[in-house]
Amino acid sequence: MPVAAGPAYNRSVQFARLVFAVAGKDLRVELRSREIVYTMGLFAAVIVVVFSFAFVRNQAALIEAVPGVAWAAVVFAGTIGLGRAFDREREGDTMRALLLAPAPRLAVFAGKAIAVALLVFAVEAVALPLCLLFFNVDLGAAVGHLALVLVLGGIGFAVVGTVFAAMLLRTQARDVLLPVVLYPILVPMIMAGTKATAALLSGNTGDAWFWTKFLGAYDVAFILVATWSFEALVIE
Amino acid sequence: MKRLLVPLLALVAAALLALTLHKIFYGTPLERELNFNQKIFYWHVPNWFVLFGMVFVCGIASVGYLVKRDPRWDDVAWAAGELAVVFGAIGLVTGSIWGKAAWGHWWKWELRLTTSLILWLTMLGYAMVRRFAGAGSERLAAGLAVFGVVNVPLVYFAVKLADSLGQASSHPKAQVVSQLTSSMKHTFQLSALAFIALAVALLLVRVDAIRATRRLRDVRERALDAGILEP
Repeated sequence: MPVAAGPAYNRSVQFARLVFAVAGKDLRVELRSREIVYTMGLFAAVIVVVFSFAFVRNQAALIEAVPGVAWAAVVFAGTIGLGRAFDREREGDTMRALLLAPAPRLAVFAGKAIAVALLVFAVEAVALPLCLLFFNVDLGAAVGHLALVLVLGGIGFAVVGTVFAAMLLRTQARDVLLPVVLYPILVPMIMAGTKATAALLSGNTGDAWFWTKFLGAYDVAFILVATWSFEALVIE
Repeated sequence: MKRLLVPLLALVAAALLALTLHKIFYGTPLERELNFNQKIFYWHVPNWFVLFGMVFVCGIASVGYLVKRDPRWDDVAWAAGELAVVFGAIGLVTGSIWGKAAWGHWWKWELRLTTSLILWLTMLGYAMVRRFAGAGSERLAAGLAVFGVVNVPLVYFAVKLADSLGQASSHPKAQVVSQLTSSMKHTFQLSALAFIALAVALLLVRVDAIRATRRLRDVRERALDAGILEP
């Protein structure tokens, strides 16, 4: 044990253990069937293909369409995965058990959000390379920066999406309501993501960094709101 | 007193709306650059005042509901959220009419327009949650209102920064109010007062109606529990 091992340190270790227990549970369930990853990945790929037909001129696709196509695919496929991840809890009636567990709500939320974020990263890893391939884009050295943008966007999506999917769990018409209530809140993230991607494609590093920072600010703002409100919002 | 408040506010709103209509067409001069187009401003701007006021009320009431767990806060949030949709729709339609006359387009992806549209869509989602999500959706609605209010500055800055990298905004700024002639200013203030009175009256009526619905549902449930009512 390090020297700083006080009660606060023990509490945060305990908290982290709970978070990873929840996230690990979700990922283990997913790894056994791989249902969400496969369906999300295929759906994202289909979206990219459908869009690339719409943006083809003279046998070549329009590079200007890449950011929009990529982020639309990520957000649409992410919504499918988000709905499925929480449907599992509903089908097994395990959400109540999860909330009754002797763990802070915040740990349950963080665990769920981490699992969702990893699913979104998996989709991004399918959608973005496909976009670059179909639209004949060579990113070169900007790949690392694009990965950072995608990670930040995925975190924002997971945080906001987890709160809404958890709240919608016990309501009617949840499948149609999830995108309807989620997308307006995601608008700043989608905007910043597409602007950053567009800036990277045109080699404008200054603008790209600016929008990367904006994505970071978006994530911080909604992580704060989510941690403050999750306890009060998801009760049952 | 409370019983008189709503009819009184309604009466004030009706009288002021009639008066402002007269003043808009006969009591104010034509604006130099925009001519007749500018007249829609007297109704367009107060509608956005009311929308932002209602979103604010909805957000505060939602926070109150989440903190206090008292359904009376939720009634207020519900009523304000619905009215935000109504007044936002009027604002969007009047704005589009003005845009067609002034810019030649019904819509432009401009700072104020985009921000207001996203906010209006959020409130539309809020109204749909209230309408379709069924029992137990009060917390979801409250959460949506809180997230929606937090989202407003983020959308605003995102669009503003994207705009500053692109072309300048062409929507009239708030500073134009100080350049109005006194008759224009008076008409505008009367009109704002009329819409605020109308909005407050509608809010009070809606809160009462929602509260009555909730009480009826509670009574019904208790009667079902006690076996007085057949299910």
